[in-house]
Order: sequence, then C-alpha cells, then structure tokens
Amino acid sequence: MGIIVLAGLALCLAAILVYAARWLPDGKEDDVAERIERLLPRIQCAQCGFPGCAPYAKAIAEGSAEINRCPPGGEGLIARLAELLGRDTRPLDTSLGAASMHRTARIDEKRCIGCNLCARACPVDAIVGLPQAMHTVLEAHCTGCELCLPPCPVDCITLVPRDA
Amino acid sequence: MREFTPDRRVRGGVRIAAHKQTSTRQAIRRGLIPRQLILGLQQHQGSAAIPIVEPGQSVLKGQTIAHSDSLRSADVHASTSGRVRCIEERLIPAAHEVHRSLCIVIDTDGQDQATTTRADWPDDRLERLARIRDAGIVGLGGAVFPTADKLSSHLPCRALIVNAAECEPYISCDDMLMRESAREIVLGAKMLRELLAAEECIIAIEEDKSEAIDAIMQAGRDLEDESIKLAEIPAIYPSGGERQLVELLLGIEVPSTHYPSMHGYICQNVGTVFALQRLVSTGEPLTRRIVTVTGDGIAAPQNVEVLLGTPISELIEFCGGYGNDVSRLVLGGSMMGYALPSDELPITKASNCIIAAASAEVRHDSREWPCIRCGDCGSACPARLLPQELLRAARSRDHPQLSELGLEDCIECGCCDVVCPSHIPLTEEFRRAKYAHARYERQLVFSAESEQRFQRRGQRQQDQARESAEFQDQLKQNLSEDPDARERAIRAAVARARQRREQDEQ
Repeated sequence: MGIIVLAGLALCLAAILVYAARWLPDGKEDDVAERIERLLPRIQCAQCGFPGCAPYAKAIAEGSAEINRCPPGGEGLIARLAELLGRDTRPLDTSLGAASMHRTARIDEKRCIGCNLCARACPVDAIVGLPQAMHTVLEAHCTGCELCLPPCPVDCITLVPRDA
Repeated sequence: MREFTPDRRVRGGVRIAAHKQTSTRQAIRRGLIPRQLILGLQQHQGSAAIPIVEPGQSVLKGQTIAHSDSLRSADVHASTSGRVRCIEERLIPAAHEVHRSLCIVIDTDGQDQATTTRADWPDDRLERLARIRDAGIVGLGGAVFPTADKLSSHLPCRALIVNAAECEPYISCDDMLMRESAREIVLGAKMLRELLAAEECIIAIEEDKSEAIDAIMQAGRDLEDESIKLAEIPAIYPSGGERQLVELLLGIEVPSTHYPSMHGYICQNVGTVFALQRLVSTGEPLTRRIVTVTGDGIAAPQNVEVLLGTPISELIEFCGGYGNDVSRLVLGGSMMGYALPSDELPITKASNCIIAAASAEVRHDSREWPCIRCGDCGSACPARLLPQELLRAARSRDHPQLSELGLEDCIECGCCDVVCPSHIPLTEEFRRAKYAHARYERQLVFSAESEQRFQRRGQRQQDQARESAEFQDQLKQNLSEDPDARERAIRAAVARARQRREQDEQ
C-alpha cells in the first residue's frame, strides 16, 4: 500500500515538474547576447564589421569576435565586457576607425552635389535631401559613425565636435 | 490670524548652531549706492534676457534694460540711475555655481532718479501675471525660479505656503524683513491668496524667530485678518525645503521628480511675497533685496538692503570692511552655500547671504576616513535616501544602481556630511555624480532612439525590396499567362506615341 502511495506521489510531482519546465520561463530569456547588447552603445555604427550592434553582441556571445572592436564604446566598454564575460581586457582595435558619439557629421552644403549616396548609407536616417538638391545632417540624430564618408564622391562631409 | 504648531516632524534633518544673532542686532541698513552695477542677464535657469539698451545710454532706476522673450526667464531692470558702460560677459554667482553670463555694466550717477511707474493694479488675473513677469520678480529664496511662471499654473491651488523658515545657519535676511515689514508681508500673502484662489494660506516660520512671529501676529491683528494661518515649525535643518515644508505642514509627500506646484502646493519665499506687495502698492520692479552680511571675518555683521548688481566688495566696505582674519568668502548659508573666487562678483537676485568666514569657522580637517557603516547619514537624510549606498555607487560609477537608489531625489542639503563621523564629503560626491548621471541618462535615450531608427530603416528597406520583387513577379506572371500580351503592349505604346506626335503637330 505504502509503495503505491509513494509511487503515485512521485508520479504527480514528476508531472508537475515536467509541466513547469515546459511552460514556465526558464531564466534563459536574459541571455548573454542581450546583456552584451545592453552594454554596447547601440548606435549601429557598424565599425566592428558587423551590420549593427545586435549581430556583434551575438558574435561576442558565441566567442567568434573579440571584445575590443567597438570604437564608440572605447576602453570603458572593453572593461565592462571583460568583467561580464570573465575575459581579459585588451586595447581597443584602432584599425577600425575613430567613430565617437561626441562628434557629428557635417555636410559642406556648397560642395554637395545631391547624389543621395550618404543618405542611403546612414544607418539612422539622419541625413535628409532630395536627389540633385543640397543634403544636410540632422545633428540631433547623427551618431558620428562615419559610414557616410566613403560613399561621398566629392568628399564634402567632415566630422566635427558636437558642440561646435 | 491663527497660530498653530504642526504635530508632525520632518524626517531626518539635523539641529545645527544657527549663528544668526550676530547679524540681527541692528536694523536693516539702506542707502548704499555703489559706483558701478553689474547686472547679469542670466541669473536663473532657462534662457538669458536680451539687452534693450546700448553702451553710453542713460538709464533710470527701475527702467527695463533687458527683456526676456520666453518662459523660465525674467526681465532685468536698472537698480539705480546712471549710464551704461558696456555689455560684456562676466562671471556672476547664480543659484548653485558661479557661471559666465552676459552682463550690463552701469556707471551710477548717485542721483538715484527713478522712472515713472504705474501705481494702479489691474483686476484681471492674466494682466496681473503679465505685470509680475514684467517686473522681473523671481523666487528670492535662492532658486531664482521666475515667480510669474510659478503663479500661472492652471491647477487649482490647494495651499499657498509662505516660506519664512529660513533654516540655513547664518542667514537672517527673511527674519529681519519680517520684523520690519510684517504688514506688507501679510498684505502680500492676502493678495497672492486671492490671485491663486488658494484654499488656504500658511506662513511658516521656525520657532526660534520669536520676534518675527510676534511681528507677523501683530500685523495680522491690525489688519483683522482671519484667513491666514501662521505655523511655528521646529528649528530643524532643512525644514525650509519646499518638499519638506509641504510634508511638515500638510502631511503630503510630493512624488519624486514632481514639483510641489504640480500638485497645487505653491511655496513662495517671504522676500518674494514682499517684492510682490511692493509691486502692487508702488509699481516698483525688482531692483533690490535684503542681503545678510555676516561671519566672524566681517567688521560689522548686519542685514543690508542692496541694489541688485552691487559688487560684493562695495557691500563689504559698507559694512565696515573685513576683519583681521578672513579665510573664505561664502555665498549663501553655511550648508548649501559655496565659496566665491573673488569679491568683485555682483549681488544677484539669488544672493541671500555673504559670509566672510574666519579660519575658525571653516572646517580645515579634510582628511577622509573609511565608511564605518554607522548608518547615521541614512537617518539624517530628509529625502529618505541611503547616502552610504549612493556613495558606493557614485564612486564606482554604477549608473543603473544610482538610478535605483534615487540620486535625483538628493536635495544636496548636506545633512549627511554633518553627521558623518568619517568626514566623507558625501554631498560634494553626489553633486558631481549628478552631472555624470544626467549625461549617462541622455546617452541611454540617444542609444535607444538610434536603435529604433536603425530598426525602422531596416524594416523599410525590407518592405521596399519585397514590394519591388512582388511588382516584378506580377509583371512576369501577366506576360506568361498570355503570350500575345507583350506584343499588344508594344503596339498600344506605339499607338499612344503616334497619337501624341500628331496632336503636337496640329
């Protein structure tokens, strides 16, 4: 009799546990990639070689990317990532550019030919202008990522300190 | 007038030596006309006023010399007659720091000739507010918030609180003003109460200012006023803070990040009320204020009615000059005031007290000891914060933690510094952390916005690619369903072109 009661109890508890494991949140929601992404500057500058901050965070989490590839985040970010992941800090990879959120792109409006290439390259839609007409940068939204520099055929875009 | 003592007490706070008797022995002295006035155009937060006079122009006392064209700003008036010498950038002491501001410098002529002012007082509420705005009246308690902005709230006013607590040590300008001009203050409170249609009006005075309390009570009896209440509050610093006062008098805790005025509790400093009453009765704009000049480093500590823009050096000369031992010049009280770099700076609307501190009054022992976790700072904090936790988070720049611990609610009163047995400069640390924290929060918003813009752009590009692919597919499908369609389409196009050419030829 005792065996039957115990077996029945065990079965019930097992059923509850299986149910709980399947339907209740398992705590993995807050996974490593998301925590890394929250530390990143999230300005989507793509200087790391990945098309945005989320893919870079994923690559770091998988171990396929170094933690020193984010110029806007700088050394402070490397230190925080190293702490989170238990890896060693290393100096910033300076070959990737010098994107900084303290700078903003500015178009020399006299030289702009209205080719629209920069507007198409901007990851945050911070450049406006019609084809064949002058373009301009919405400085409040510009992240200073430098992605608009290479496409410009007349080199009329420069990065200036944000307060100037 | 009914007198009462609130049965609550402020949370935390400290009792500190008041040092007020030295400056209250003699009456307020008047009549100082300095050789030069330096009038800052940005004495408050918000935008600067725009000068409307030119160098070389003669100005009269009370004449508007700079006009504000936006909210959260105030007009500036000439405090006495003279000639504009120049308009240039200078350092002025504002509410919490010395900052650079465009200033109008006036060489005075000693005549003190006033412009004609309008003595009538309009009946309409909006006209009254416009007059208060034009008079350049701001909160004289130290925060310099434009008074018209505070009064023009559309919320029903539950209580008007005239703040005469003056809880900071050393400062006695409000005390002296009440002793000498109690009648005007009671009249001003009645006027304000009517303007705001306030449900009740309370004048709050710390219990150790018995002469001021008597004067106000006497004025209330003379005016046979029953509508205003007088609260005697305990002399515990910082009971004069806006939030602390509302809680003490009415038992209501104003939520974090809200101003008391957002809930219908309007606090006005007693000096502001007096300035408003002067505007109502004589039409005079804000050109002077009472300043306490005190400290052991001054020859004759006293309260002086000072023209705004007077250089501090001339004010100190007026009070008999410095004593033998002066180690620091402080603007404001000893708790929330700050050291001035020079006495060439002018008195502004925010300047309530000048302390020339002797070396014995200044704390030289700056050696900091480790935190022993006694928790005294937590029980002294009137804002219900945990200073020792905040300190740890501030020093490790743990911004998420700082938000959670409520750094923004710190009123920088300095109570935690006073009680700390390890002499840790907590307030200084929090003040600095607030700047960094504001930058961090702006950055968070910017990051989130950038991410959103990036995602929307990605979505848009996807949508465009899909629409274009669908269009191509549709075309191909149309052609493949009917083999003759291509031929027909070409013939139709040729026919349309020919038709158009014929029309052009005609």
